Amino acid sequence: MDFFTSLMSTSVYEGLVYGFVAIGVYFTFRVLSFPDLTVDGSFPLGGAVAAILIINGANPWLATLAALAAGVCAGLGTALLNTKLRINALLAGILMMVALYSINLMIMGRSNIPLLREVTIFDHVAQALGMRADINLSIIVMVVFSAVTLFVLNWFLHSEIGLALRATGDNEQMVRGLGTDTNMTTILGVSISNGLVALSGALVAQNQGFTDVGMGIGMIVMGLASVIIGEGIFRPRKITTILLAVVGGTFAYRLFIGIALRLGLPPTNLKLITAVLVIVALAIPYIRKKIRHEWVPPAVRM
Amino acid sequence: MSEQQSLLQLKGITKIFSRGTVDEVTALDNINVDVNSEDFITIIGSNGAGKTTLLNIVAGVYPPERGGKIIINGNDITNLSEYKHARYVGRVYQDPHIGTATKMTVEENLAIAIMRGKTRGLRAATNRQRRELSRSVLAPLGLGLENRLNALVGTLSGGQRQALALVMATMSKPAILLLDEHIATLDPKTAQIVLELSETIVTQEKMTTLMVTHNMELALRYGNRLIMMHEGRVVVDMNQEQKANLTVNDLVIAFERASGKKFDDDSILLHHN
Repeated sequence: MDFFTSLMSTSVYEGLVYGFVAIGVYFTFRVLSFPDLTVDGSFPLGGAVAAILIINGANPWLATLAALAAGVCAGLGTALLNTKLRINALLAGILMMVALYSINLMIMGRSNIPLLREVTIFDHVAQALGMRADINLSIIVMVVFSAVTLFVLNWFLHSEIGLALRATGDNEQMVRGLGTDTNMTTILGVSISNGLVALSGALVAQNQGFTDVGMGIGMIVMGLASVIIGEGIFRPRKITTILLAVVGGTFAYRLFIGIALRLGLPPTNLKLITAVLVIVALAIPYIRKKIRHEWVPPAVRM
Repeated sequence: MSEQQSLLQLKGITKIFSRGTVDEVTALDNINVDVNSEDFITIIGSNGAGKTTLLNIVAGVYPPERGGKIIINGNDITNLSEYKHARYVGRVYQDPHIGTATKMTVEENLAIAIMRGKTRGLRAATNRQRRELSRSVLAPLGLGLENRLNALVGTLSGGQRQALALVMATMSKPAILLLDEHIATLDPKTAQIVLELSETIVTQEKMTTLMVTHNMELALRYGNRLIMMHEGRVVVDMNQEQKANLTVNDLVIAFERASGKKFDDDSILLHHN
């Protein structure tokens, strides 16, 4: 029983905190049709900014906010490379991701910053509620963060700007022809996405008690896996349900990983498993069509 | 000479693609056209004549070469980007996929069309007032779309989508409407419906329209003015009276005389029935 509750509560916490990464990935890959790989760099960027500010005595809430702002800037960089210099979206993301590796090291000054003795937002909330800073508290904090974020995003995506942003990913030529500055909507979307990812990085760093320059590796694949699982399980159609399904998908993915680890899978195999999961999920529709003798166009290369 | 106020003026429009390479093409060669308010101009010409390039220039997809000017209602919009041209220009494309967003609902598509030329804010994009407006513009189509506001556009047929695209291009009353072979990919029956719909809207709203077509018969039957293009130039420009009693055969002869070439584009002749 104890095994089960600990597995479940860890998965719930992780589902919520990494849910931000998944929503960020959903924003770029699905809403904007912009395959943005900046994520692997903006996640540790969030952790780096939050950590360096906290160990230098900054308020952890301000540090978290600064992390989010740093993520927005990273996304802005990628989107500008794509819209203003006309660099292919995949390549723009990779360039930013590589650049961020050095930038993160510069910010941190070393490859790992421990935060165990520092006061984080989790300690603040624990003190305010008179609780111990344990997993239950982490869940409470994350539920509030996620609820607020999902509410705001849901409202945003139904607004006039949000609709223009969604339409940009659906049919860029049409919305431009109807008077939308699609460069602007792309910049906005990619920035919001990376802001969410960096926020996740800042929260994860504070909760686990350290930040590491390498903690972003494979984040994009994890986010994509979560989105695909969420879509597969819940088959959502409306924006509101899609957002919830993405978070649900992240939970399911984390649960799946948690079970695998507890069954004795070495943690080093994790990224391989995730990659295989995504490959299978992406290949299934093609194989299905192949069996039905449907024609499938070749994959896009550039 | 009386100075008539033109709605759209194209002055010295030239467009060269792949300049300085072996593929260099002069798609438009010094085009000068004055479009009067409420003109319905049909544009014909063989493949590569520059018809679509001309519409792209008006829509602001790309600017003309230096020296060319596009003036709408007295505003020089030559160097404005495409989304700013959209304030003045509505367009229906040949491919129904281009005119509508398939993963969004009919209502959401129309909401984007309603927002044309207005600043987008953080208000809800759809509301009761817009829903009513959407129903009222869809009902006259007679396709039942007014009852399918929540349907994803991807589930509509090509004809329904093109009708929707037409409504979206015209509902916020742009100064000028561009129809770019917009019925070419539809089956004959649907094409007829969409064509009649276009004419109704153009007449009712007194919309200034440029319609590119491959079909000479249509070019003669519709509109009050006919422009024929060849190799990037306007070779024939006829007004209502001149084209009133014209037949397709006369057009072919006019083309040969104007371009100094034997008419050899089967694709135009094959389309004329």
